[in-house]
Amino acid sequence: MNPNAKIKKAATHISQNEGLIFEKSAPGKKAYKLPPLDVPEVDPAELLGDHMRNDLGELPEVSEIEIIRHYTRLSTWNYAVDHGMYPLGSCTMKYNARVNEYVARLMGLAEAHPYQPERISQGALRILKMLSEQLIEITGMDAITLQPAAGAHGELTGILMVRAYLESRGNPRKKILIPDSAHGTNPATAAMSGYTVENIKSNAAGMVDIASLEAQVNQDVAALMLTNPNTLGVFEQQIHKIADVLHARGALLYMDGANMNALVGKVRPGDFGADVMHLNLHKTFSTPHGGGGPGSGPVACKKALAPFLPAPVVIQKRDGTLGFDYNRPKSIGRVRMFYGNFGMHVRALAYIMANGPDGLRQTTEDAVLNANYIRKKLEGYYELPYATPTMHEVVFSDHKQTPKGLRTGDIAKRLIDYGFHPYTVSFPLVVHGALMIEPTESESKEELDLFIDAMKAIAEEAEHDPERIATAPHNTRISRLDEVSAARKPVLRWKPQTEAVAK
Amino acid sequence: MRYLPKSPADRETMLRDIGAKSIDDLFAAIPGEYRLNRDLKIPRQYGESEIVEFFRERAANSAQGFATFLGAGAYSHYRPVVIDSLVSRGEFFTAYTPYQPEIAQGTLQSIFEFQTMICELTGMDVANASMYDGSTGAAEALMMAARITGKSKCAVASTVHPEYREVITTYTRYQGMPITTFGYAKNGRVDLDTLDMAVDDDTAGVLIQSPNFFGTIEDVAALADIVHSKGALLIVSIAEAVSLGIVKPPAEADIVSMEAQSFGVPLGFGGPYCGVIATKEKFVRQMPGRLVGEARDKQGRRGFVLTLSTREQHIRREKATSNICTNQALVALMCSIFMSVYGREGLKELATQNLAKANFAARRFKQAGATVLFDGAPRFNEFVIQTKTDPYAINDKLLQQKIIGGFPLKKFYPELDNAALWCCTETTTRASIDAAAKEVAL
Repeated sequence: MNPNAKIKKAATHISQNEGLIFEKSAPGKKAYKLPPLDVPEVDPAELLGDHMRNDLGELPEVSEIEIIRHYTRLSTWNYAVDHGMYPLGSCTMKYNARVNEYVARLMGLAEAHPYQPERISQGALRILKMLSEQLIEITGMDAITLQPAAGAHGELTGILMVRAYLESRGNPRKKILIPDSAHGTNPATAAMSGYTVENIKSNAAGMVDIASLEAQVNQDVAALMLTNPNTLGVFEQQIHKIADVLHARGALLYMDGANMNALVGKVRPGDFGADVMHLNLHKTFSTPHGGGGPGSGPVACKKALAPFLPAPVVIQKRDGTLGFDYNRPKSIGRVRMFYGNFGMHVRALAYIMANGPDGLRQTTEDAVLNANYIRKKLEGYYELPYATPTMHEVVFSDHKQTPKGLRTGDIAKRLIDYGFHPYTVSFPLVVHGALMIEPTESESKEELDLFIDAMKAIAEEAEHDPERIATAPHNTRISRLDEVSAARKPVLRWKPQTEAVAK
Repeated sequence: MRYLPKSPADRETMLRDIGAKSIDDLFAAIPGEYRLNRDLKIPRQYGESEIVEFFRERAANSAQGFATFLGAGAYSHYRPVVIDSLVSRGEFFTAYTPYQPEIAQGTLQSIFEFQTMICELTGMDVANASMYDGSTGAAEALMMAARITGKSKCAVASTVHPEYREVITTYTRYQGMPITTFGYAKNGRVDLDTLDMAVDDDTAGVLIQSPNFFGTIEDVAALADIVHSKGALLIVSIAEAVSLGIVKPPAEADIVSMEAQSFGVPLGFGGPYCGVIATKEKFVRQMPGRLVGEARDKQGRRGFVLTLSTREQHIRREKATSNICTNQALVALMCSIFMSVYGREGLKELATQNLAKANFAARRFKQAGATVLFDGAPRFNEFVIQTKTDPYAINDKLLQQKIIGGFPLKKFYPELDNAALWCCTETTTRASIDAAAKEVAL
């Protein structure tokens, strides 16, 4: 049988080859033309003396058409949300609306200098203020900073605020509790904030075990960092009890908002006891992932923690205009220069406006509906380690496929042949051989059915042709890369051939 | 809702297949008392035309159409049109972190090229895939120096961007890394006496900026000798990347922390920008952030992968070199395209124009009666002038002509009184320099 017979979503097509941009370079080619100087020319050697640079080494010399073709060809080697479903668990790869890109590039916003006087920055300040207010309402919190540049940066901000708050009450404490299902950024953040990390185990339902939590929370515990729904896609049903246990012993509840796409418009972390949390605008609020960034990680908190927010904060001044308040004596200080990734703030606000309260709620409902639909349809084909209800993402394991010598990573690679980006592989760590699937609300029923069919076809292949999966992908430009050798002898930059040969 | 691709009938069918009576069944796990049983109090759904109109109004109310003399860590350079054409391709901007290399070679190769270009420009051996920005990059570079040397004390020049220094204070506070500051001399460069006092055998890293916050180019080689003689590492921060087109790279440094915003990234009211850390090969395993390396597939074809990830949080958790995960990939791509457009010759030409404009403006302001401070050392495209009048008052007058004047320094350097930091780039016109000269004369 034709091994590609069951592949419905994708076909192979001509893909252009392209070398490195340096390999196209030749002296004298140009892609720029500067206007003539309207001031007298200068002799750099005279002005700079010994500090003048004579040679820019191997920077390329290419023409404009070559640049366009170079990056266009490269781009066609990427999979993207614009191609189809991108079911990476905990990454929330949703549609990135084009109007967001358009408004972020409007001249007055794209060209605003961060130090231009406040009175001629009222438009930009208004955007910061409105987004702040709307995110406060969405999270049920009292105050917010938009300064952090990404989720992990938000975590650092939030935990430093926890520390400053506890310090102001006499004792910063020593430990942060982190569930075994948490993202790696959580423990790394705790360490950067001067805390030690203590893990807490999940119970059989995949949730925080209240009894062990009670045993672990003592006067040394500063906070629990909790993702809710957690990385198993499970809502912590005893969340208020968790908050109560912490609060009773003077500790705080930090909520990692990575999975906020399951909650917006349905439930607010501020209402269930979270003291401080970050949001990922590049997940829940549709700002694009951009191949790894930029993101934005606002931190919202309850009133008691508000004095510790990074400075400056946007305020309405006595004359009614907006401005920055730098006079924040209890602030943890700055976590980033200027005011954060403003371009992402513009996009997130445009997203919220396009949705309104009804749209945001429907979005959350569709995200949860899609995950449950996948769960229902793939149950039986893949092992479901936790029977607990699923919110916006579902976690299977490769347990049924391991007897054939196949791991979650192999199944993921075969999914590429079927025209999909893989799910998140081998995470969360509490599930051995995890397949973590988050469809988001952006998928139509047709796309979901294609994905389900692909996953079923792979499960069948695992029975009669496991080798095909073990050696996948077969239909890509390149096959699996030797990552072990790449790490053993790292080549992290291009060098001209002659030089490399000489070495 | 126009972003949602399901019909009401689809939703019905799916619920039925799941075995749920209504969508509420799927939210049953959330205890009733926390559920939000009302609409969020946010504005109603807007049509696309209304959204565009709303942001156009905000844009019109954000200094649209002003000429600017502001630099101070964010630079107004011309952005070639091809940058936005290319980064607007959905294959780039709607892709995730390239964890699946077989279908992410576009992103991976472009990062490998970025790393290479940054190495060429800075004189370092390796560069990472990006940091959030120059300020957090500088803080992480100091933490890296502490890991490499096994020491904890750090010294930072007062001529490093004041907001970078604030971020460094926040980042290092709970890491047991005491920070001392050293001052500047009459020529605006690092004061060697205070540097000598600030650095001792327990110092891990010394951070300077060049061109520094006053626009003055530091004598990196001389500073490196002093710092290295005490067994510490030298970290050079570069806030104005275009300077590298005509100013010698800080090859004597151990770590370079750069803000690449000048390379085709919009000012954007302060972000997103693009930090990057570069260093010597021997220090690579202490680098924070992602790295892309070359690899081969089974058929021997060249490809690229994320590599040396045992430094990173998703593997090492609390023992990682940093908690950074998401970086500034798409912004780094903008920088790569910018560097490709200008290239080896163009970046030099561009930098020379910046030098010429700033040199002309400084002379013009001096003729008009202002005092140029720190005139005894070379500078790039920024300079400090002292005026008789309060610079805020000068700027008020210039604003009426749609010109944004220099950055008054008293906010961060009270001792400098009526001094302001002025920046000229290739976009600064002679006409606006002439107009500003009239006001600074008063």
